[in-house]
Amino acid sequence: MGEPGVKEVLSLEDLESAGSVRSGRKHILSILVENKPGVLTRITSLFARRGFNIDTLSVGPTDDDHISRITITLDGANHPIDQVTKQLHKLVNVLKIRDLEPADAVSRELAMFKVTADGNQRAEVMQLCDIFRGKVIDVTKRSLVVEITGTVDKIEAFERNVRPFGLIEMMRTGEIAISRGRGET
Amino acid sequence: MECLKAEGVDVVFGLPGGANIPTYDALYDGGIRHILVRHEAGGGHAAEGYAKATGKVGVAFGTSGPGATNLVTPIMDAMMDSVPVVFITGQVRTDLLGTDGFQEADVIGITMPAVKHSIMIQHPTEIPRAVKEAFHIARTGRPGPVVLDIPTDLSKADIDYVPITDVRLPGYQPTTEGNVKQVRQAAKALAAARRPVIYAGGGVILADAGDELAAFCRADRFPVTTTLNGLGAYPAPDPQWLGMLGMHGTRTANYAMDEADLICCVGARFDDRITGKLSEFAPRAKFIHIDVDPAEISKNVPAHIPIVGDAKGILVKLKAEYDALGADPGRLSGWWQRIEGWQLKHPLGYEESEDTEIKPQRLIEAVYEATGGEAIITTDVGQHQMWAAQYYHYKRPRQWISSGGLGTMGFGLPAAMGAAVGCPEATVVCLTGDGSIQMNAQEFATCAQEAIPVKVIIANNGYLGMVRQWQELFWEKRYSSVDMGRFPDFVKLAEAYGCTGVRLTNKDTLVDDIRAAIATPGPVVVDVRVTREENTYPMIVPGEAARDMVG
Repeated sequence: MGEPGVKEVLSLEDLESAGSVRSGRKHILSILVENKPGVLTRITSLFARRGFNIDTLSVGPTDDDHISRITITLDGANHPIDQVTKQLHKLVNVLKIRDLEPADAVSRELAMFKVTADGNQRAEVMQLCDIFRGKVIDVTKRSLVVEITGTVDKIEAFERNVRPFGLIEMMRTGEIAISRGRGET
Repeated sequence: MECLKAEGVDVVFGLPGGANIPTYDALYDGGIRHILVRHEAGGGHAAEGYAKATGKVGVAFGTSGPGATNLVTPIMDAMMDSVPVVFITGQVRTDLLGTDGFQEADVIGITMPAVKHSIMIQHPTEIPRAVKEAFHIARTGRPGPVVLDIPTDLSKADIDYVPITDVRLPGYQPTTEGNVKQVRQAAKALAAARRPVIYAGGGVILADAGDELAAFCRADRFPVTTTLNGLGAYPAPDPQWLGMLGMHGTRTANYAMDEADLICCVGARFDDRITGKLSEFAPRAKFIHIDVDPAEISKNVPAHIPIVGDAKGILVKLKAEYDALGADPGRLSGWWQRIEGWQLKHPLGYEESEDTEIKPQRLIEAVYEATGGEAIITTDVGQHQMWAAQYYHYKRPRQWISSGGLGTMGFGLPAAMGAAVGCPEATVVCLTGDGSIQMNAQEFATCAQEAIPVKVIIANNGYLGMVRQWQELFWEKRYSSVDMGRFPDFVKLAEAYGCTGVRLTNKDTLVDDIRAAIATPGPVVVDVRVTREENTYPMIVPGEAARDMVG
């Protein structure tokens, strides 16, 4: 400041750049899209093309027939998240994108575990299922299917505990998330 | 047809086939001019050339399957260079979709990464709205290609035409007005800068902001450079003009970027051909980045002052804000001394031949002289393209039409055709090489049949010259598959197609010979034999910093 004839200038050194910064945390992108053919392909192919890696993906209807919600989680340590959201915004069928802060959202995932359960193991698995507030949804002579709903951490904890009993297979839906408070996600 | 007319379409480039016969039937007496091309790629590039020359949306038609896949290159080309073109492809009947029917291709799927948007028609009544939205999306925001895929049974259906007056695209709302605070911040930064450079790109031309750019740059003595696609955005030659920047830009422009303390980027995207080694690019500079596409901001180079919006309006506001600051123009005199030093020490130049051999650079200068610098120039891709960028001076937007982002050989001739159709008063010259011209040479027939008077000037060195240059410089002169011999005989080829063919070999009469060729009515092909192993200099070696330019 203060040079003759130069008023109100600003020191170039003070300018800070923004953007393309890797946040280093997990991001949950909640994306509202028009319910039209090929929309999911447009989104997933955009991720592939730009070299972004999706961790989980879930798609479902919303309270409006014309609109679907896609929830994608990805690792902010590997991707400049603002590039991801800006590129998504360019898709004509994408209506709204929200990058949910974990603290401002409630997220859930559903998982089903098929576990070996003969004889005396069965009681132990069912006990574990109780502790995790899970449900047994199928029983055969040698196996159980357990349904667990919860946060990703809870599902992963259950997986660790149940694995020693003989985990035959596991299926997970991918996370969905909704914002806390009265406002729309 | 009515839908197209409502969008102001007066010409379409295309080729009919089984799946789009209904559309062509409507064209038969539809009141829109149709240019029958010889290959769909020619039609696609012609629509691009038309769009680039006129600023209007270009339209290309192709049939299903191979017709549509032949359009993929022009679609991608239009995407990379943000050219507003609507591609309308035929598709097999709806009951055949997904059955691997004859001439079926998943056009929407194949083109997905190459389009701004694409629409598959599912019901005939959707057509008017889809056409309206396709044109709206193609021309607004950051322009780009839109594909409309219409199954043949749906295009056959008779529907009542009700004009559509609105668009319903809730997910598509481009930002046009720049943020006022950011503009003010940018003006202040410019007033503080001691070594500023204005770096403009094709976005200025797309926004029709050439005058606004010039006015802004002249608000002070801001040095200006542009990208390849930005040529013509600022009138050249001019005291504030540094020449093009980037891989084959002038040393002055690249050195100025390297030493700048503030770079104001308008409608450009910090492509790798501009920055050279990214980590060494403009190490002392802060960046103002003006772009209509928010995804370009901070994509390659972090912007300190991002401004999202249409360049035209923003440049006007930026100039007004800057003028109000009353900055001292004297603060730039040291910077200009440095720049003028580079200009004196490193002018563009080449070694003239000692006999009558024509140097390719001399050829471009001769074309400049013969056309009085007024022609619309289209180019193909390679050495001749860079020489055309360096040695012809473009004084106005839309005078330079080239394939920048995708670098499509075979673009030049059809693009010239499109430009000549769009601007019938202008002299349109296609500067090309002997490699590139052969990629769409079939369009000579279109030019002859439609009497499109393009003047095609081939810098013929019998090589894929740019690849040869790289092999010479970086691969120990191991010339692998670059020698094209002296085939074909372009004069005979031109005559076979019904064009005039001329061969030039003498530099002493070059300007007059070119003037005569251009004055010849109808399409003319000029085969100019140039020095075989001439290199395009100066050059930023790929992966190196701009300050280490060679040649």
